[in-house]
Amino acid sequence: MSVLLSATRISKRFGGVQALSDVEFSIRRGEIYGLIGPNGAGKTTLFNVLTSVYAADDGRFEFDGAPLSGLKPHQVAARGIARTFQNIRLFANLTAIENVMIGRHVRTRAGVFGAMLRTRATRAEEAAIEARAAALLDYVGLAARADDLARQLPYGEQRRLEIARALATEPLLLALDEPAAGMNATETSDLRRLIERIRGDGITVLLIEHDMKLVMGLSDRVLVLDYGRRIAEGPPAQVRTDPKVIEAYLGTGATSATRAHAEPAPAGARPGAVPGAAN
Amino acid sequence: MNRAARPRSPLAALGVILVAAALLVLPFALAQAGTAWVRITNLAILFALLALGLNIVVGFAGLLDLGYIAFYGVGAYVWAMLASPHFNLHLPFWAILPIGALAACVFGVLLGAPTLKLRGDYLAIVTLGFGEIVRIFLNNLSRPVNITNGPQGIARIDPVRIGEFDFSTTSKIAGLTFSGPIKYYYLLLVFLVVVIVLNMRLQDSRIGRAWEAIREDEIAARAMGIDTTSVKLLAFAMGASFGGIAGGMFASMQSFISPESFVLVESVMVLAMVVLGGMGNIWGVVLGAVLLTFVPEILRYTVEPLQKAAFGRTIVEPEVIRMLLFGLALVLMMLFRPSGILPSSARRREREGRQP
Repeated sequence: MSVLLSATRISKRFGGVQALSDVEFSIRRGEIYGLIGPNGAGKTTLFNVLTSVYAADDGRFEFDGAPLSGLKPHQVAARGIARTFQNIRLFANLTAIENVMIGRHVRTRAGVFGAMLRTRATRAEEAAIEARAAALLDYVGLAARADDLARQLPYGEQRRLEIARALATEPLLLALDEPAAGMNATETSDLRRLIERIRGDGITVLLIEHDMKLVMGLSDRVLVLDYGRRIAEGPPAQVRTDPKVIEAYLGTGATSATRAHAEPAPAGARPGAVPGAAN
Repeated sequence: MNRAARPRSPLAALGVILVAAALLVLPFALAQAGTAWVRITNLAILFALLALGLNIVVGFAGLLDLGYIAFYGVGAYVWAMLASPHFNLHLPFWAILPIGALAACVFGVLLGAPTLKLRGDYLAIVTLGFGEIVRIFLNNLSRPVNITNGPQGIARIDPVRIGEFDFSTTSKIAGLTFSGPIKYYYLLLVFLVVVIVLNMRLQDSRIGRAWEAIREDEIAARAMGIDTTSVKLLAFAMGASFGGIAGGMFASMQSFISPESFVLVESVMVLAMVVLGGMGNIWGVVLGAVLLTFVPEILRYTVEPLQKAAFGRTIVEPEVIRMLLFGLALVLMMLFRPSGILPSSARRREREGRQP
């Protein structure tokens, strides 16, 4: 398997906070790559640097054979990286299908004159955009919701709509920022099937997730960040028992106490948290 | 969805025919009440054109623009300079209109480029300043080289002429007498229909959706691959072009323009039309323009006689009470229908209703 994305010594500082220091990793084509770490570990910052929302202070990304540095967010999307947001950012007052149709923007070309004259090419493109958007809504199980406003959808469906919108940009890499946050058990297992299906269709997935069962079950490999540093990387089974990871989640001295647990606690546990209470 | 492909109900078709027929006979009915009312109607259509242009910037893309009248001014001055004794140029209208639209478009980009990073209040302040700058330039570009003729304005501007057909004079066609304003009415109506169709197509296009995406969430729009810089500039440019065309028509219709016609209050009026009618909704914006042009005029003709009848004398000047009622109407509107008379989501509800 070839490498799709590689990060070399990525660093980002906000004032006095070193959000990322010398983070390195590489994602292979077709894999699901998990990104975990306690709150404030720098996961979302890494997403934002990757998608050019912030510029990295140092380091470089190489994506699909070419560097990503110096690009604007829309150019990153054009290169083939699509993302969702930790706090859902849909176009709330537009319908579900319009949200997905906007995702087609970067792969279509019609301009104002084509639109005003409604040329044959524009009409054909519009029809294709709409057909593709409808197919993607169906893909994520929202076909029946096409004409509902995004803000009227239940939470779990908003998450899936965001994924459909991201898929509309025809990404090589789909970056999901806590897609399961706030979901109930049924929604989470639906999401799990959806992510597996997306990978099955040949799209590489980068997944930030606090739901350990989900991320450990789905990912081929996992990267663990703590205080902006890479502390471990590898297959879930290996990462799960890594003393440094357990320490990051549960605090110093927890290593021996949690041998029986064998699985880091989820969401937000910081050193000092009670191990059992977190799960 | 694809509007063109959507089947129309026979009832809707009948409605369209009735409205079209009413619009065709309207100027003759109005002329019975006085040519002034035809002129007011023409003004309403001009304002509708302006408001539709501003609606692209404010309604579609969500960028607050308080200096919009500047583009109207640019369009008007381009017409005035290219078709009047001022420079002794008399270009035909089909040549001037594109030039005016293009000039306004350039000014739109000039305003858009430095303000790309601004939103909301900050953008409003900069655009307001821009509008004033353009007006002050128009006022002062009479020295050292006389370009705009300063505060005196430009007079004896050519009317629209197509071949021998002059839109400013009265002529008889098929036994009917068409006065100048009535002829302009039909011309403006054609413009209005074209601009409405273009706006509908724009709204329902890839670019229109990109504008809406920016309005809704700029960060998400960028992450979805929308080049917000160029798409915003496009909104400014398109809005300004429509304003420039309206300005050209204004100059030819009035035959005289001066910087006084392009003051801040006019920008505010056009913005009020867009907001009152329903930001982002094409029909709402047209309705807003018609209401805000007609209601003050109707008040002008009714306030004084009513007071005379009630109290025997004029207690409050018509001008005062007009502004009072106008302000009151806006306050009430914003309290009870904050998203305008015809809010733009109606479009979507309509869409939902028609989809199986």
